[in-house]
Amino acid sequence: MTIETSDPVLVQPGVPLLEVEDLHVEFHTRDGVAKAVNGVSYKVHPGETLAVLGESGSGKSVTAQAVMGILDMPPARIPRGAIKFQGRDLLKMSNEERRKLRGQRMAMIFQDSLSALNPVYSVGFQLGEMFRVHRGMSRKDAKAKAVELMDLVKIPAARTRVNDYPHQFSGGMRQRIMIAMALALEPDLIIADEPTTALDVTVQAQVMGLLAELQREFHMGLILITHDLGVVADVADNIVVMYAGRIVERAPVHAIYRQPGHPYTKGLLASIPRLDLKGQDLYAIKGLPPNLMRIPSGCAFNPRCPYARDVCTTELPAAVPLGTGRESACHFAQAVLEGEVAADVH
Amino acid sequence: MGRYVARRLLQMIPVFLGTTFLIYVMVYSLPGDPISALYGDKAADKVFVASKRKELGLDDPLVVQYFNYLKNIVLHWDFGKAFNGQPVWNEMKRVFPISLKLATVAIGFEIVVGVALGVLSGLRRGKFADRIVLVITLLIISIPIFVLGRVIQWTVAIKWDLTKPTVGGEAHWADLMMPGFVLGALAVAFLARVTRTSIVENLRADYIRTATAKGLPRRRVITVHLLRNSMIPMVTLIGTDLGTLMGGAIVTEGIFNVPGVGYTLFQAIRLKEGPTVIGIVTVLVLIFLACSLIVDLLYAVLDPRIRYA
Repeated sequence: MTIETSDPVLVQPGVPLLEVEDLHVEFHTRDGVAKAVNGVSYKVHPGETLAVLGESGSGKSVTAQAVMGILDMPPARIPRGAIKFQGRDLLKMSNEERRKLRGQRMAMIFQDSLSALNPVYSVGFQLGEMFRVHRGMSRKDAKAKAVELMDLVKIPAARTRVNDYPHQFSGGMRQRIMIAMALALEPDLIIADEPTTALDVTVQAQVMGLLAELQREFHMGLILITHDLGVVADVADNIVVMYAGRIVERAPVHAIYRQPGHPYTKGLLASIPRLDLKGQDLYAIKGLPPNLMRIPSGCAFNPRCPYARDVCTTELPAAVPLGTGRESACHFAQAVLEGEVAADVH
Repeated sequence: MGRYVARRLLQMIPVFLGTTFLIYVMVYSLPGDPISALYGDKAADKVFVASKRKELGLDDPLVVQYFNYLKNIVLHWDFGKAFNGQPVWNEMKRVFPISLKLATVAIGFEIVVGVALGVLSGLRRGKFADRIVLVITLLIISIPIFVLGRVIQWTVAIKWDLTKPTVGGEAHWADLMMPGFVLGALAVAFLARVTRTSIVENLRADYIRTATAKGLPRRRVITVHLLRNSMIPMVTLIGTDLGTLMGGAIVTEGIFNVPGVGYTLFQAIRLKEGPTVIGIVTVLVLIFLACSLIVDLLYAVLDPRIRYA
């Protein structure tokens, strides 16, 4: 399942930074068992940006939280799978070992910075906390480090603003602080969970650009979780598309735009608003994401798929290799890729 | 911050005037004549009653009486005289420190045990410890204080002989421990419930997930990030408890023979001793106002979003 990237600069020989292997995550609730992640595998190399794409409930965030080790267990359970970070299986480590990795070797950026930052402590305190806890620095040194970090993420007047509280910053500035906090100890892997979703469109590009720039500078692996295909195009190297807790397609990022290899990806691409199609109705994938307690048999996407045939309701499609490191979990992957199957008109 | 405090202090003035006036009106309109009541079953001496009423200013119009009363407090710190001729202030000087000591024991007990139980059950929501705390707090809330007080008094002081069963005029700290625990028991139960709710609610907050993702040790996540955010409802409850525990300890003070505010106030109401009732309640109002001011200032300390609002 190795992803061969088309861009030779990004091919990293040796051990990948992160290898998620056949990961399963389920949530045990009063109403039953919700299967949020059903056998996800992906790899991230140092310096690589992997975009994880999918609707809400596709399992993209849950996978990331399992990697970080911040799932509440219970109700969550990981019945199967491995998460290898620099060759070592995180799921076999003690809680204390994993805690020490968090912040130092892997960090996470959350979507809503207003609720993700603690409202009652200054940003300087929250940034400095990384150095005080992980590096044993004094309050004073930690604050100096916090100012440095705020400069790094281009927050104006960092020296005075370091004592301000999260609510005193604009959304874009707050998200920069989240980025600074993740970068504080120069981790090897950053997971950004919808980092620009809560921001104004004009600010989105700035924040995304900053994140991509710093990622290159520090040569970190970046997992970019998003439902927005537009965000992905400029910064990601590779892309995995998730649906109902499974990866339905993986590909180098530009290949997927040119030629989607899975009906779901095709639907996502078709539902991006386009200027040249102004005035026409926007395409929408019909139906709703599946209930994770009752995932449809066969291919989970079959009730919404315009290409669905009988086999789709009975047999779980295996990943079909499509060349240049591409895979699509569709019975008709090759045909979809080449645009040969006709969609049923609904 | 300075302007906030000044504004709050100014707001206290109308509240103070309003509450004291209401108390004054209520005591004034109690049925029966207080001087005649001193005669009990015997017939009152009309001439003496009339002269005494004049001396105490009871024949003046209500507003005039209230105005004079306020004037004396503000200008001379004079709360008037009780019917026995002693200044009310002397009585208050005697009873308030006793109740303050009792309330201090109760509040200390409330904070230490209430917060500990609340945090414990909040963090172990749905587990055994949580259920046990729930049962204990429900028991305390549903047992009347006079039952709880008597049972504890009998068990601890008489059966086990660990402390004196009653307190008396000296009111030593050691003797006030048992009454303080009984008085604080209900407050412990409420504080534990409020703390639990607050902890459970904040435990789900995004910033707690962030703190965990930062690799902070669990202990630090709880003490630094969770507790500080959970404290506002707790502080509110504790702040209003101080006033309640001082003035509302009538039953507890009765059981353990503590000559404090509640006991004295109860006696004064029975005897229709207006000046004593009004004096004590006025000081209680002041204590309530001071507590709520402190609570509001603590909000600002705890949450910067309030500070700069």
